[in-house]
Amino acid sequence: MAIEVQSVGKRFGTFTALDDVNIRVGDGALTALLGPSGSGKSTLLRIIAGLEEPDEGTVTIGGADVTSVPARDRGVGFVFQHYAPFKHMTVANNVAFGLTVRRRPRAEIQERVKELLALVRLDGLADRYPSQLSGGQLQRMALARALAVQPDVLLLDEPFGALDAQVRAELRAWLRRLHDEIHVTTIFVTHDQEEAMEVAEQIVVMHEGRIEQAGTPRELYESPRNEFVMTFIGPVNRLGDAFVRPHDIQLLSEASPGSTEALVQRIVHLGFEVRVELTLPDGREIWAQLTREEAQALELAEGQILSVRLPAPREFAA
Amino acid sequence: MESPLPSSDSTVSLRGPHWPGARLRAQGAGALGKGLLGIYLSALVLAPIAALVAKSTTGGMDAFWREVSSKEAVAAIKLTLIASLIIALINAVFGTLVAWVLVRDEFRGKRIVNAVIDLPFALPTIVAGVVLLALYGKNSPVGIDVTFTRAAVGLALLFVTLPFVVRSVQPVLLELDLAMEEAAASLGARPATVLRRIVLPSLTPAILSGVALSFARAVGEFGSLVLITGNLPFKTEVGSVYIFNQIENDNVAAAAAVSVVLMFAAVVVLGLFTLLSRWRSRHVL
Amino acid sequence: MSSSGAGALAPPGSAALAPRGATSGSTRADRRRARARRLGVRTIALGYLALLLLAPVAMIFYRTFEHGLGPVLDALGEPNFQKAFWLSIEVVLIAVPLNTAFGIGMALLLERGRFKGKALLGMLIDLPFAISPVVVGLALVLVYGKTGWLGDWLTEHGIQVIFSVPGIVLATAVVSLPFVARETIPVLHELGTDAEQAAATLGASGWQTFWRVTLPGIRWGVVYGVVLTTARALGEFGAVSVVSGRIQGQTQTLPLYVQDRFENFDITGAYVASLVLALLALGTLLAMNLLTRRTRAAKAAI
Repeated sequence: MAIEVQSVGKRFGTFTALDDVNIRVGDGALTALLGPSGSGKSTLLRIIAGLEEPDEGTVTIGGADVTSVPARDRGVGFVFQHYAPFKHMTVANNVAFGLTVRRRPRAEIQERVKELLALVRLDGLADRYPSQLSGGQLQRMALARALAVQPDVLLLDEPFGALDAQVRAELRAWLRRLHDEIHVTTIFVTHDQEEAMEVAEQIVVMHEGRIEQAGTPRELYESPRNEFVMTFIGPVNRLGDAFVRPHDIQLLSEASPGSTEALVQRIVHLGFEVRVELTLPDGREIWAQLTREEAQALELAEGQILSVRLPAPREFAA
Repeated sequence: MESPLPSSDSTVSLRGPHWPGARLRAQGAGALGKGLLGIYLSALVLAPIAALVAKSTTGGMDAFWREVSSKEAVAAIKLTLIASLIIALINAVFGTLVAWVLVRDEFRGKRIVNAVIDLPFALPTIVAGVVLLALYGKNSPVGIDVTFTRAAVGLALLFVTLPFVVRSVQPVLLELDLAMEEAAASLGARPATVLRRIVLPSLTPAILSGVALSFARAVGEFGSLVLITGNLPFKTEVGSVYIFNQIENDNVAAAAAVSVVLMFAAVVVLGLFTLLSRWRSRHVL
Repeated sequence: MSSSGAGALAPPGSAALAPRGATSGSTRADRRRARARRLGVRTIALGYLALLLLAPVAMIFYRTFEHGLGPVLDALGEPNFQKAFWLSIEVVLIAVPLNTAFGIGMALLLERGRFKGKALLGMLIDLPFAISPVVVGLALVLVYGKTGWLGDWLTEHGIQVIFSVPGIVLATAVVSLPFVARETIPVLHELGTDAEQAAATLGASGWQTFWRVTLPGIRWGVVYGVVLTTARALGEFGAVSVVSGRIQGQTQTLPLYVQDRFENFDITGAYVASLVLALLALGTLLAMNLLTRRTRAAKAAI
């Protein structure tokens, strides 16, 4: 089901959470709402879910206007950052909840719960209680629970925010694979641009209640529309009003037309990536990103002076 | 890859029930619920209080004043307020002490002692009167007889208000970060100083809250006093007993007037202490 | 009565009265002094409790059986005693469920509702704490008595509230009103709305959400509130005194019966009834203590 949000606005008291927001999410797409805290991304997600009502604008799911339809009738699956488990119910009963309140026959419920638990690889934990599960397991349970009622849309609010780095990485990959399997229109909220780039097919960048840019990860990285998007996605050097990507800075062993000199302040080895902090003749500090091989070929050393070529910097109208 | 989920063309829609009237019905139920709550609250609290205030002022404020300033009424009110205040202050000290021992000390039977603290709450007040009379009354096995004395009033009030300060202070004491006291000690403070400057300030809001509750409870106490004090006018007759007697003698206006005074005192003290403790916790913590 | 307060015991190994830091580098004399201090405080506290609390209560048992088992059994067999006993039970069985429903409803309203004046509503619910039970009785008579606000209407419809059982139920309900609400509100607050929102997205109606998600989450708070309400309701004396007319065998609850026996010099009868009430009170204490641990565990899990 495609989702359309048109001219949505939302205020909390004097604080404007969303201002004239328009987005379109295609049927079966996997989209990220990306932005810093306070950007309005969670509010937007909750409005799409029906957990909040917008002050202006409309929300359309599958062509139907659902703006004033409450959450329970929208057919959306929602996954919370802190899982929102039903603590007093077993894992199986948690997953079954949506079906139980629809009074499905018991045999059907049992069957589906079994399938879902297998899907999220929690089979064997059906009779455990949420207090006995790890964060990653709880999040998978929450997903299974949301999927049990075959939602038209799956919404995830910072689903991996409360998890360890390693579990987060695993679940990201797992979410991508899950989406490949079941093709439900999925929107997830995150403040982690790496996560958005890695998982989503389309990213909507939000800032202070407005959409800054929407596009594929590549589009956003290579053709950012404004300063915010460029600085938020991917590493960046700021030179006055101009922006330069660290890996676009070329380090040369000898001078060449269009190059300047720079002093190597510090070299940081991050495995495959090497970061070189440089000072330009006019005193400005930038850093460049190289591969291990490139760094080795240049025989870099701290205190060394070498030539750098900066690409045409990108500037944005104020 | 075939979806492991049941095919989505199953005949039964798994969307939430699209009751057209569902939202209206839910709102209706909410309104009904609120209405019932409102009626219950009005019938039990609002109407009776209103009737009380109204009755006390039928005949105007002069009548009110006359009832309240009769010699017997004044004696009863004075006794109630002063006794309750003294009791509340005694509770502040001993209640905190007991809470301290229950939280910081270890001894056999502590759990039982802790459970017993709530006894004055669970025990009917009339039974409290009976038991106090048994021990400190006419046939006292220890030879202490306080019947018909003001000491009896104090004793009964101490009994029924025992749990308030203790239970108010205990959770705060439990949550108190020991590290604060240890830091103070490592900086050279003697135990008494640590108590005075670190512990007590943190406990003060809880103590005040318990004191206010003690006071309010004591002002209204009735059952435990009827037997042991003899209810002698001008000597051991407290406000609530005076009110009761006036009701029995059909002086309803007098009863209502004094009731309003007592109620006012309790509400004011409760309100004051709540504000005070909130102010303190904001400025001290 | 805060549920986190009752039953709150220090974990083993907590600091004694003298802060640990003070004993580093202290002499044996210092430590002896600290120990003496601790024992002294403990003695004062326990002594206070013994004199005020434990000794009097122990007296009930002594006095009741002072003259042997026979008089006790006679007293228990008294028809007025049994009528009083069952009346008390009946009143509790009506008042407590009413207050439980009210308490849960109020908690939901205050914690999940959106309106101004919540503070005022909270104060109203707490008001019965601040009012003497005798005053409660009087106030109820002024509304529901023959000459009260609703007096004429009630007489017209043949309903008698004051001097009859409905009045006793009413008075008992008023004095025990706040407990379920007070105990449920913080638990409901801690529970948060996440799970309820999740239930909504999964298609549950308001009622289904309440029954399957909210209520199980607050149940220990509710149960503790019910225990407190029951204890208060059973023991109510002042308000019922005013409202009931104290008619023997008809509108006499068990606490009123105790006073009645006492005033008629039937000391054994008074003590036996007191003992029964005291045993019920001890049962309540037990329940309170067992439940406090559960409520605290439940809160910790949240």
